[in-house]
Amino acid sequence: MIGWLRQHRDAAALAVRRLAAAPVNTLLSLLAIGVALALPAGGQMLFANAQSALRGLTTTPQISLFLSVDAERKAAQEVEVRLRRMDGVAAARLVTREETLSRMKAGQGLGEVLDALPKNPFPDALVITPRDERPEAMERLAAELRKLPRVEHVQLDSAWVQRLDALLRLGRTAVVLLASLLGVGLMAITFNAIRLQVLTSRAEIEVSRLLGATDAFIRRPYYWFGTLQGLLGGAIAWAIVAGATAWLKAPIGELAGLYRLDFALAPLATPEAGLLLGLAAALGWTGAALSLQGTLGRDGA
Amino acid sequence: MIRFDRVSKRYPPGIDALVDLSFEAAAGELLIVSGHSGAGKSTLLKLIAAIERPTGGAVLVNGQNVGSLARGAIPYLRRNIGLVFQDQKLLFDRNAFANVLLPLAIAGFAPKEAARRVRAALDKVGLLDREKAMPIALSGGEQQRLAIARAVVGRPGLLLADEPTAHLDPDTAHDVAAIFREFHQVGVTVVIATYDATLFPEARPIRLDHGRLTQ
Repeated sequence: MIGWLRQHRDAAALAVRRLAAAPVNTLLSLLAIGVALALPAGGQMLFANAQSALRGLTTTPQISLFLSVDAERKAAQEVEVRLRRMDGVAAARLVTREETLSRMKAGQGLGEVLDALPKNPFPDALVITPRDERPEAMERLAAELRKLPRVEHVQLDSAWVQRLDALLRLGRTAVVLLASLLGVGLMAITFNAIRLQVLTSRAEIEVSRLLGATDAFIRRPYYWFGTLQGLLGGAIAWAIVAGATAWLKAPIGELAGLYRLDFALAPLATPEAGLLLGLAAALGWTGAALSLQGTLGRDGA
Repeated sequence: MIRFDRVSKRYPPGIDALVDLSFEAAAGELLIVSGHSGAGKSTLLKLIAAIERPTGGAVLVNGQNVGSLARGAIPYLRRNIGLVFQDQKLLFDRNAFANVLLPLAIAGFAPKEAARRVRAALDKVGLLDREKAMPIALSGGEQQRLAIARAVVGRPGLLLADEPTAHLDPDTAHDVAAIFREFHQVGVTVVIATYDATLFPEARPIRLDHGRLTQ
């Protein structure tokens, strides 16, 4: 066990020495990996921020049902009773036209306009909380509600929020797709770096085999090299995203302030940063494995 | 220790390096494999270390048929064999000490014990004061002795050497031969392939001619 750990330590030290031995190459590889990973990581961070901002906006989705202006109160009460008996409706509340009028008058600037009108322009309305909040279920319910007598207009209050949410989810899917593509790129970078190293250390590999080195012993430093290169590239990606976040924070805060939104750009969360580093290391390891498979193969160097 | 049982080795396209070769070597013996260039001396050594596999017959080392060893078992066979190659195969990117250390690093020795053994091996071949020298800075004889140090540092029971004196002047060749003799005297089985059998008059000769034994 101690011997095994020592061999890993030696292999890791050798990998570090090899990274340090060609600083320009190493730096370019790390930058390429860092930039490639920063794109999906940054996208993920932006979408995560947008979604959390959206969650702050949306309340439980509601459906507003407006009766025609000339409908009588009795008709409104009848509709309310029918609604309460419907399966898809969790709650229904009648908002009378008087109630709406007084609330509007209390609001800024509208009081005088409303006073000038000859009669109350608002209809009676019903605010409905649906039992099933999924968009398609709400659409179905809305269609059913439109068939009720004296109903003028049915409005899904949260439809736009859900559409935006769906759009953001699509964006996150696109980020995953982008990440997969760039992950392949990262593996290609590692693949090539390892291939070149194996080619330049042919002599060492051959002699080591003749002196009784196992495949594991020969491959170990390359696995470490790939993993470390991935990990360091991931760290650079993280630094790029963190830098961009810090840079964007002030202008975005200003913008949010103008719209009176309580929103601050949150940096990449710790689990996400951990995932980024872990994924980068795993991709580096995989690139090394593929490269060794190709260059050392079964028959050996 | 070593037994060749009707061993043949044919390289494509039909070149016979060894034909129907049988001999035995007991533990602790000093064997000289001699013959003209291309007689099959190197092939014989490579078969013992499982660098090549026979195309016919069986090569047994310590009762193990090395020709049919699984790939994963070969490294452990080689750790008990000290190999001195015709072209030495020193690594020129590291110093003498690191060259000799390599077999011990492969076998997983603790650093302190490894360093002690490396110095002991370098001392045995008279290179203790050159441990920091790069191989390129060593003379031909010193390089050969360094290769021997690397071969014996793991204290193998079997030492194989392919033309260890080929490129050396007579005096240096005698020094190198004396080192092999010392290992033989402490009980190591030594097999040396050389065109110049006169360096080891006391050794048991195996003469090859076009891959066949001639007595």
